[in-house]
Amino acid sequence: MRVYIIRRLLLIIPTILLTSIIIFITIRLIPGSIIDIMVAQFGAYAKVDKAEVESELGLNVPIYIQYGRWVGVVPQADGKISGVLEGNLGDSLWHGTPVISEIGSSWPVTFELAVLGLIISQAIALPIGIYSSIRQDTWGDYVARTFAILCMAVPGFWLGTMIVVFPSIWWGYSPPITLIPFITNPIGNLKMFIIPAIVLGMGMAGISMRMTRTMMLEVLRQDYIRTAWAKGLKERVVVMRHALRNALIPVITIIGMQMPVMVGGEVIIENIFNLPGMGRLITTATLDRDYTVVSGAMIVFGIVMVLINLLVDLTYGYLDPRVNYK
Amino acid sequence: MRNNSSKRKTERKRRSGIINLLARLLKEKPLGAVGLLITLLLLLVGIFANFIAPYGMNAVAAGPSLSAPSIHFWLGTDNLGRDLLSRIIYGARISVIVGLVGAAISVVLSTIIGILSAYIGGAFDLIVQRIVDAWMCIPPLILMMVLISMVGPGMWQVIIIMGLSFGITGSRIVRSSTLSMKANMYLQASRALGCSNIRILTKHILPNIMSTIIILFSTLVPTMILTEASLSFLGFGIAPPAPSWGGMLTGSARNYMFLAPWLVIWPGVALSIVVYGVNVFGDALRDLLDPRLMGGVGRYGVKIKKGDTVKSKLAARSDG
Repeated sequence: MRVYIIRRLLLIIPTILLTSIIIFITIRLIPGSIIDIMVAQFGAYAKVDKAEVESELGLNVPIYIQYGRWVGVVPQADGKISGVLEGNLGDSLWHGTPVISEIGSSWPVTFELAVLGLIISQAIALPIGIYSSIRQDTWGDYVARTFAILCMAVPGFWLGTMIVVFPSIWWGYSPPITLIPFITNPIGNLKMFIIPAIVLGMGMAGISMRMTRTMMLEVLRQDYIRTAWAKGLKERVVVMRHALRNALIPVITIIGMQMPVMVGGEVIIENIFNLPGMGRLITTATLDRDYTVVSGAMIVFGIVMVLINLLVDLTYGYLDPRVNYK
Repeated sequence: MRNNSSKRKTERKRRSGIINLLARLLKEKPLGAVGLLITLLLLLVGIFANFIAPYGMNAVAAGPSLSAPSIHFWLGTDNLGRDLLSRIIYGARISVIVGLVGAAISVVLSTIIGILSAYIGGAFDLIVQRIVDAWMCIPPLILMMVLISMVGPGMWQVIIIMGLSFGITGSRIVRSSTLSMKANMYLQASRALGCSNIRILTKHILPNIMSTIIILFSTLVPTMILTEASLSFLGFGIAPPAPSWGGMLTGSARNYMFLAPWLVIWPGVALSIVVYGVNVFGDALRDLLDPRLMGGVGRYGVKIKKGDTVKSKLAARSDG
């Protein structure tokens, strides 16, 4: 098992490397380089020397040297080596602040939204999925399945917009604007996050509901469930103690696979509800062509996704004794 | 000795394949029939948008700006005086094209990558899978945002980028299907007989994973429609004044949405209904085409009719 974990952790490195190369190159291929934008913006006020700005931002060297410098294998312009491998993600090209601090200030918002969204989505999906499977083809099942597909069909950005628009029109309510950290005021913080989390969670709940139902249906036909029924156990015991545990294992895999998609949902939610999270950071940085911020944020995302995948696989191995990781 | 009556019967069955499917859809899965209706409605509205829409796609100042739904403008007008109903009808056309073409591109790409990766195996498979892994690590919406920034907004750019992105991630599914097919003995037998690789691929592997491919396609169409709407919402999709349903929820609409909520209600309703219908239809189609569920005796909850025995069923069959 330990060997497996080590092997997986080692495999992360080429994956992250490839991810970083993809992002690094694509963002620099976007037309309208940052130099042009800067010159356009500041050229009216002061005489801007394009070459000087380029060399200051480190963009006057070929792209592979830029990449090497960013990773931390090629020395920077002043001779020192500092890059990702040394823990330095560079500075924002626009603001000059270190990328790590920008990520550090926006990461808690995204994390809290993700956790709350996950909790809410499973809180909705599991009960409905289980009910739908044990009462298959009844009216309750049809209603539940329709609800699941509606959760997948209704766009998150539309639901969020409705929630922002209509309470404002009907009751004059507007969501709080200033961000209250969780530590200083949990209730106030939750008040701000609960509605975006519900919108995010409902989007994810649809797939989870359907997967839970499918897996439960498969498990409920197994022979050991028939034995449990034959023993005279109550339905609740059969379902909860025998069926659910086995059915949930693939559902965990699905949740793990949903993480990257959830980030996309978060970008939209943060846009609608004006939350200063990483989604907004990346969107603004992409529009501003702030290469270092985008590269740094994507690396962080990539590492988190890969670690979540590893965690999911390990949980899978822990829960299912038939799975043997050599 | 050939039995002429059985030949006649199989001919009859082959002719009514599609009709048979439709009949089963209506009988066994009423929800799927509703989905089919919605899908057909979407297709018709999309194709005949020119004839259905009361006003033009971009008929500025056709009416007073920001007017509420009325007799002349069934869903109201936006801030430029354009009729909302017409724009939603033309938006259906965009959704149809994006959904179908995008899903088709994506499925073709997935199939090529998946089959080649699984069939060739070895180092090629390892490298390709590492690239696919790296691609899947990046949140798809963000990646597409960056790629769209590269090539600029526009319908065909969005379709190709989405097709590319979902094609690479979908190749995993095709690859696992092909891998399980590859394990079959008869492939080795074919190769021993001297079958070329192309022949094995097209005659043996491809038809057997066709059901996976169809299922992939049916899941991708609504995903494409929703993703395009999300991208347009964020401003990275189809640029205004094109009436993309997602794009109609952003931009100038966000400035006026408190004054004229109908601007943001109806595109979302249209999106929800369409994605719901296509999903439900795809579900029903999958259920009907899934060979594991055919011949449903022994399913949990299926009632066996009294008198249904193998003997009586055989007798009924040979009468045809």
